[in-house]
Amino acid sequence: MSTNGAALLLEDVHKTYVQEEVLRGIDLEVATHEVICLIGASGSGKSTLLKCINLIEPVTQGRIFVQGEEITAKDVDQNRIRRNIGIVFQAFNLFPHMTVLKNVTLAPRKVLGLSKAKAESEAMELLTRFGLADKAPEYPDRLSGGQQQRAAIVRALAMQPKIMLLDEVTSALDPELVAEVLNVIRELAESGMTMVIATHEMGFARDIANRVCFLDAGVILEQGPPEAIFSSPQNRRTQQFLQRIIEAGRL
Amino acid sequence: MAVAPGAKNFRNAFLSPEHFKKSAPQVWTGFQTNIKLMLVAEVLVLAIALLIALIRNLPGAAVFPLRILAIAYTDIFRGIPLILVVFMVGLGLPALQLKVVSTQSVFVYGVVALTLVYSAYVAEVYRAGIESVHGSQVAAARSLSLSHWQTMRHVVLPQAIRRVIPPLLNDFIGLQKDTALVALIGVVEAGREAQDYSSVTFNFTGYTVAAVFFIALTIPLARFTDYLIRRDQRRMRATGG
Repeated sequence: MSTNGAALLLEDVHKTYVQEEVLRGIDLEVATHEVICLIGASGSGKSTLLKCINLIEPVTQGRIFVQGEEITAKDVDQNRIRRNIGIVFQAFNLFPHMTVLKNVTLAPRKVLGLSKAKAESEAMELLTRFGLADKAPEYPDRLSGGQQQRAAIVRALAMQPKIMLLDEVTSALDPELVAEVLNVIRELAESGMTMVIATHEMGFARDIANRVCFLDAGVILEQGPPEAIFSSPQNRRTQQFLQRIIEAGRL
Repeated sequence: MAVAPGAKNFRNAFLSPEHFKKSAPQVWTGFQTNIKLMLVAEVLVLAIALLIALIRNLPGAAVFPLRILAIAYTDIFRGIPLILVVFMVGLGLPALQLKVVSTQSVFVYGVVALTLVYSAYVAEVYRAGIESVHGSQVAAARSLSLSHWQTMRHVVLPQAIRRVIPPLLNDFIGLQKDTALVALIGVVEAGREAQDYSSVTFNFTGYTVAAVFFIALTIPLARFTDYLIRRDQRRMRATGG
C-alpha cells in the first residue's frame, strides 16, 4: 500500500453508532501543508470524521494512515499516534481546574516528559505568539470565549502535532470573537500546518482552504478548490446547501 | 421542654451542671479513642474507597471480573447494618483462631468494621463525582495523548473530588458518630465512659457531655469545608473584574 507521502489518508472509512451509519465510506487524501475544509449541514458527519482521525471514536470499517502508518491497526499505540494529531473542539474543553499555563504544559510534561521549566518556557512562547501571555496565570473561566479557544489551540500546538484537526472551533463564539480565532488559524495555515477544518464559516473556508469537501449524509459528495466549489458547485445537494447558506447571509 | 411534666427530672438526669463538670474528664478520656478511631478509619476509607471507585471505572473487557468484585463489595457492605459488621468483625475474626487476624485489639477490629462499611459508601460518592465530569474533558485529555491513568489523575479526579467534598464530609461526620458503635465489642470510648459514669452516679449527664464533644468536633469541620469550597470557587470562577 503506497501512501505517496500523504500526511493523512482515509480509505473507505465507515462509522456506525448503534443504529445509525454516520460515515458511509469516506476516502480522503491530505498532503503535507494542505488545508482542507469540511463543509456540510449539521449531522453530515464532519465532527465524527475528525474524532475518528484522532481515534477518539473507533472506526467501524476502513483504514486511516498518518504519514504512511496505519493508525486504525489493532495493535497500534493510540497514545503515540495522538501525539502527532492535535484536535481543537467546538466547546474548547479546557481543564477548568487548571490555569491556562497548566492546561498548556500538562501534556508536554506528562506525555513528552519535558521538565517544568522547559514546558513552561515553550508554552509561554506559544502563548505570546497568540497574544495570551498575560492570561497564562488565569483560570479558563476568567477568559472570553475567543481567548479560551485560542488557549485550546495553543494547548494542542504545545504537543507539536504534525496535523491539526479543528472541529467547528468558532461555532460556540459570539460573532465579535470569531475573527480573533480565525486569525490564529490563518497564521497556522501560513506557517505550513497541515489542517483538516470542519467549519460553518464559508467565507473563511473560501479564503484559507486548498481544498473544500462537501459532506452530506456521511459521504464526501463533492470536493475541489474553493473557487470551484463556491462558484460553480456541480452536485445538486451542494448547490442547495450553498443556496441556503447564501440566503442565511453567511457567504 | 420546660412545660413537660417531667422537665425537672430530665434536667437533673441529663443536664446537671454539677455532673457535667464531674463526668467531663472521664468522657473526654473515652472521646480521645473516638477521635483516634475516626482518624485512622477515615484515612483508610478515603484511600480504599477511591481504589474501589477507580476499579469500577476501569475500561476494557479484561478487567470485567475486577469490576464485578468492586460492585459486589459496595452492594454487600452498604447493605449490611454497621452494627452487624461490628459484631462479625469484633467477635467473628477472633473466633477464627488465625495467627494475625484473630489476635488484634478491639480497637483494630473497630477500625476494620468502620472501614469496611464506610469504604462502600464513600466509593459511591467518588463514583458519582467521577461520572459527573463531562466526557468532553476525558476526550480532551486523551486527545492530548494522556493515558487513562494520567487522565484520571490530572483531569478527572481533581474535578470530581472538588465536587463531592460536601457528601464526603457528610460521610465523615457519619463515621465520627458511628465510632460510638464499636463500644459494643468492648472498645472503651466516650459513650461507654458515659455509661460507666451513669452506672456509678445514676446520672446521665455524661451522655450529654459526649454529645457536646461530638458536636464540637463536627461543626468546625463543616465550616472549614465550606471555607475550602468557597476559596476554590473564588479562584476558578470569573469575578467580573
